[in-house]
Amino acid sequence: MQTVPCVTVKNVSFWYGINQALFDINMVIPQHAVTAFIGPSGCGKSTFLRCINRMNDRIDGAKMTGTIQLNDQDIRDRTVSVEALRRTVGMVFQKPVPFPMSIYDNIAFGPRTHRLASGRMLDELVEKCLTDAALWDEVKDKLKSSAMALSGGQQQRLCIARTLSVSPDVILMDEPCSALDPNSTHRIEELITRLKTDYTVIIVTHNLQQAKRISDVTGFFLRGELVEFGPSETVFTTPTRTETDDYINGRFG
Amino acid sequence: MTQLAKTPVLLQRRVMNALFQVVCGLCAILAILILGYVLWFLLSQGITYFKPSFFTNLPDNVNPALGGIKHSIIGSLNLLGIALCISLPIGILSGVYQAESSGKLSHVVRFLTDVLNGIPSIVVGLFVYAIWILPYALKHPGQGYSGIAGGTALGIMMIPLVMRTTDEMLRLVPQSLWDASLALGTPRWRTMLLIVLPAARNGIVTGVMLALARVSGETAPLLFTVLGNEFLGPITGPTDALPLRLYKYATSSDPVQNSMAWSTALTLLLIILILSILARFLTRAGKRI
Repeated sequence: MQTVPCVTVKNVSFWYGINQALFDINMVIPQHAVTAFIGPSGCGKSTFLRCINRMNDRIDGAKMTGTIQLNDQDIRDRTVSVEALRRTVGMVFQKPVPFPMSIYDNIAFGPRTHRLASGRMLDELVEKCLTDAALWDEVKDKLKSSAMALSGGQQQRLCIARTLSVSPDVILMDEPCSALDPNSTHRIEELITRLKTDYTVIIVTHNLQQAKRISDVTGFFLRGELVEFGPSETVFTTPTRTETDDYINGRFG
Repeated sequence: MTQLAKTPVLLQRRVMNALFQVVCGLCAILAILILGYVLWFLLSQGITYFKPSFFTNLPDNVNPALGGIKHSIIGSLNLLGIALCISLPIGILSGVYQAESSGKLSHVVRFLTDVLNGIPSIVVGLFVYAIWILPYALKHPGQGYSGIAGGTALGIMMIPLVMRTTDEMLRLVPQSLWDASLALGTPRWRTMLLIVLPAARNGIVTGVMLALARVSGETAPLLFTVLGNEFLGPITGPTDALPLRLYKYATSSDPVQNSMAWSTALTLLLIILILSILARFLTRAGKRI
């Protein structure tokens, strides 16, 4: 599958203080596809994910070298505003974190921040985002009630809807299903598969079956290095490296 | 393999467990008993003059039993209002600074805040007296003491308390909430204002109420700043306050006024109670959900 490159990563290394977490990562993430990162805990896949929307900026002593380009634009360029970057590259976290406000306000928060819509337009945007995140039917009658009262799976779909609300190009997902039951996981996986027609999805997962089911491209991280990166069917059936083979066949990790 | 039989170690552990449970329980009961006794004593003593005229009249030197403490209540509320106006903006904003910065200056500020917190209230009163009232009185003989100065002294005492609570409460807000907001491209200030501060609001309000309750009973700083008054004076001149009135009545030679001191104390307690309930109610109503 040859598609348009979306995120181009060149020679990225990353340090937390003196501990190096990533070693010379290179990859090209295709547009409008699902790219999955797999690997044992502490292998750097989440750290790498957080580099793409510069969420590591806030960590004291963190340092990154190399370049990450989003549609040919260096995301760490002086002229790039981190707010605009994070609007373009949205993120869904491991644990669903709804804001302590109503369902409506949760979705409207981003658009209000970036002045994308107001009044009637905002209502329509909220409905569209909730529909896209497959949550609208469940919450349409209680938009004004607290988002904290939703179930875990609903909360995670709310967080996805919230991410969609600022119309990103790329959606980063950091183990979005690990806190959810199988049924909710299934619904989110369906959702991810649908999202890739409009968005580029990059997902970190511990669940190899999940990576196999939903991803088009898979990257395998080990001890801060990108060991293998390629089409999922190749990585999962005929990996080129023995470490990958061992990991996906459950011989370690 | 089963080792469920009672061994000496297990028995010893059970005894210790029971012992500590009893000791902790007794201490808890003791703490409540002391509080309850104070409240009951205050109620039983203060109820005598707890009637409408007590709240609507000024002190009556001819017939003390008909007197009231209207001016002290108004005076105290004014002082607390001024103290809030001074301490809330400074305390909360500097608390935000404390929670958000990790530089050297923030350590210095935190240390100095703790020092300020430990300064005896009478020193704060003296301070306001020395830099404000005395110079003013030297220029304008017979003037200087004022409700504004007293409120300022109480405000100075509240700043470190409010600042410390704000700092602590903001630090309790989980990082994940920050991340969720920042990941939407929300600027830091907007995240703080609309997500983090509201999440910490209840704790901050509680802390502010505790600070307010603490300074509302302060007598020492008021002696040097508002002086006390038998009449309802303007806020720019000597005014009265409940702790001052309490002190005056408690040390009075008139038994009626001695008894009224208890009623004054009860009034002070009730005002704090009402303010606390009001604050809880307002934060609940103000919460969007």
